[in-house]
Amino acid sequence: MRYLPHTDQDINEMLKEIGLKTLDDLFECIPKECRRTDDLNLPKPLTEWDLNTHMDNLAAEMAVPPDYKIFLGAGSYNHYIPEVVKQLISRSEFYTAYTPYQPEISQGTLQAIYEYQTIVTLLLGMDVANASMYDGASALAEALLMAIRITKRKKVAVSRLINPYYRQVVQTYLSAQGYEIVELPFLKNGTTDLSGLHDLEEFAAVAIQSPNFFGCIEDLKSQGERIHSDRKTMFVTAFTEPLAYGLIKNPGSLGSDIACGEGQSLGVPQSFGGPGLGMFASKTKYVRSMPGRLVGQTTDKNGKRGFVLTLATREQHIRREKATSNICSNQGLCALSTAMYIACTGGTGIRKLAALNHDKAEYLKKGLMDAGAVIPFDTPIFNEFVVKFPSDFKDTYAGLLKKKMVAGLSIAPFYPELSDHYLLCATETNTREDMDALIKEVKS
Amino acid sequence: MKEPLSTTGLILNEPLLWEKGKKGRSGFSLPQRDVDVFPMDDNLLGNGPDFPDLSELDVVRHYTRLSQWNYGVDSGMYPLGSCTMKYNPKINERQASLHGIAFSHPMLPAELSQGILKIMFHLERYLSEITGLPAVTLQPAAGAQGELAGMMMIKAFHQNSGSTKNKILIPDTAHGTNPASSAICGFTPVPVKSNELGVLSLESVASVMDEDIAGVMITNPNTLGLFEENIKEISGIVHSKGGLVYVDGANMNAIMGIVNMDDIGVDIMHLNLHKTFSTPHGGGGPGAGPVCVGKDLEPFLPVPRVVKKNGSYFLSQDFPQSIGRLHAFYGNVGVLIKAYSYILSMGSMLKKASQLAVLNANYLKERLKGTFHLPYDRPCMHECVFSDKLQEENRVTTLDIAKRLIDYGFHPPTVYFPLVVHGAIMMEPTESESRETLDLFIEACKAIADEAKQNPELLFEAPTKPKVRRMDETKAARHPYLAG
Repeated sequence: MRYLPHTDQDINEMLKEIGLKTLDDLFECIPKECRRTDDLNLPKPLTEWDLNTHMDNLAAEMAVPPDYKIFLGAGSYNHYIPEVVKQLISRSEFYTAYTPYQPEISQGTLQAIYEYQTIVTLLLGMDVANASMYDGASALAEALLMAIRITKRKKVAVSRLINPYYRQVVQTYLSAQGYEIVELPFLKNGTTDLSGLHDLEEFAAVAIQSPNFFGCIEDLKSQGERIHSDRKTMFVTAFTEPLAYGLIKNPGSLGSDIACGEGQSLGVPQSFGGPGLGMFASKTKYVRSMPGRLVGQTTDKNGKRGFVLTLATREQHIRREKATSNICSNQGLCALSTAMYIACTGGTGIRKLAALNHDKAEYLKKGLMDAGAVIPFDTPIFNEFVVKFPSDFKDTYAGLLKKKMVAGLSIAPFYPELSDHYLLCATETNTREDMDALIKEVKS
Repeated sequence: MKEPLSTTGLILNEPLLWEKGKKGRSGFSLPQRDVDVFPMDDNLLGNGPDFPDLSELDVVRHYTRLSQWNYGVDSGMYPLGSCTMKYNPKINERQASLHGIAFSHPMLPAELSQGILKIMFHLERYLSEITGLPAVTLQPAAGAQGELAGMMMIKAFHQNSGSTKNKILIPDTAHGTNPASSAICGFTPVPVKSNELGVLSLESVASVMDEDIAGVMITNPNTLGLFEENIKEISGIVHSKGGLVYVDGANMNAIMGIVNMDDIGVDIMHLNLHKTFSTPHGGGGPGAGPVCVGKDLEPFLPVPRVVKKNGSYFLSQDFPQSIGRLHAFYGNVGVLIKAYSYILSMGSMLKKASQLAVLNANYLKERLKGTFHLPYDRPCMHECVFSDKLQEENRVTTLDIAKRLIDYGFHPPTVYFPLVVHGAIMMEPTESESRETLDLFIEACKAIADEAKQNPELLFEAPTKPKVRRMDETKAARHPYLAG
């Protein structure tokens, strides 16, 4: 086997050095009744050739662009990833290293994460950011737990317009610890309704996503003011499409205390939903309550600039059961992809790219409206929006799938009151020609 | 002696990204604009993030230079104990980046996603075969999230039977994540001491076992690299009081095809695909932490689960007793693909991998005892733990030894862990290293031990060869600069 370098001679000589005769002897220290008597029942090892054929066949069973025309986001977005990112992320000095415990030989990872942290603070308008969260959903759960730790309150309010799967993850994390979650309804215009939110002093945090699950841009500023009418209640803002902040105001400038969400959009392949990149940022005053690893700038013994993991006293390997979180990893490689992606776009590029996304989505929205579809929520959007189709659209949708066209996502399973409502998305990867084709199908 | 491994080389300085950019440059090929501008409300428009603008070559040089300041498994031996830094096969990278996989949307109808669902279904079956536990979830995104899932399931199991058990036994040899994971679920961790042989004794578990104990969380093989030989009897005691047995499977690389977890009374365990199953560590992530459980715990597995019906595969949320969802979608699929590819490449040779990992660790242990103090002189599994006790008289510490190893061209072992060994040096060579590489490493360790006696200054000053010298970590923590 090409991954195992030992020759028979090596094995025999090494065994002799240890004072043993056979490889089985190495396991004599395991009591006999604990040792497996049967062999592993696994397929025969595949050659590289056979493995490639096997995987190619499986990959061919997946519906992907450009073969399929997919107008779907809902937390996972198709954006073009520059070749530069793909090539650089393949440098194995990055991907075969571990968490940078030995800073002298990990400066590449450390500087890259420091740069990533900075990029995230600029994008979200926050002070500090980590690179440690698994995905947008668990980042939101961790943000709410952080607010609970800071405020010592046991209840949180979560908008119903936060991605439904994120809310399910929040439920899993918070209910395990006995915290209460109150869901906030939404208004006719597709934004969160705070009018029923009384007794703010009972809430550790109020969480709102913008752009929200319907694609609508929330009025974070006035919501933040309302939430901060209680001095302690924290305003947690979430997102699934961070590219939006290339165009619209960032959450930090609108009063967010903790901004968190999914970074996949920025240079990470969709890969059937994972790995993603949990983005997580807060105001400086909360940094010691933050979960996850942080990289800080310092100097070496000669005074030369360098970077280290820092503020570790919050963490599980030191604090054990009193730690801010049990997280012990970085989402290192995904954070690196995002940093590389942003290095490519720059400030100028991300602005243009975000504007193009917005304009494409508006084009599609207008086209569908003209084709007779109803746009139920009259609120500005970024690159996603909800459409109400006629009740027989189900058959049309199925027919379009056969024509290799995915006309968004039916949101009725998540919002039973919204039957016939579909969430659609357009990014820079959806061409006008494809959008016109969809509009034409809807018209007919 | 042959020429040493480490040498000097040309390493280039590289500023921070924003020290480099210049407005007006671009490293991005923006697609053709084929729609009109649709103006956005001025009240909503932001100023746009102030990222530096760089050219494509600027970006390429930046990250190429950064990468050269890193040490990875592809650079050399990386004997970081409990982290299983084995070779990450290149072919696995190809599979995960196949167009049909990397560009697949997670919310398409199941009939358009059969390829990946099939992979997930079969990977679950393979992990079940390897651990001996019948049901598996692939959803946890890391070992720590796997632990969390496991603790949640233990809690749900007890709640379901109306019990209020609220404590978890955790040995002093456990990973730091274990007490943190149990505390997050509202359990109180109860520490249990390992005995003079470095393992849990029946008596120590029996003495703290009562009706309030929801379960025990054992790392096996443990962090001393020893097999918990009383595991079967311990499981018996824990089960007799209604508790469950959780095994932290971070060290599964020692016992694939050797131990069946179901046979020894384990109810639940997590695996680290980025350790045992060769997926790269990525500078800290992403990993994957699947959890394998016995029949009694299966109803509590996270949703959605991959289900097969009439020859096709789909995702089902229809498990009313489930602890719920842990990931926005289905876990780190890109990582799962690599582990699947590894298992198909290895097949039953996985057992051989475990045998050779254990052979390598025992070889290191035999050859280095005497050079470094070996607190538990017993046959080890995949790793062995030394200490700096023999170097103490020269004021040389574990940290100095670790830093000097860098100058010799090796990544240092895990240091100061496990906590039960003062000044621990924890070495896990993995099966990937050849005898020649091990011999070179042993030679370096012996040379360093000599230096500790003859010229300890060399160790205090180490490392001298990397781009930077020892870092001022106190300064970093006292005056945190976390963004530029």
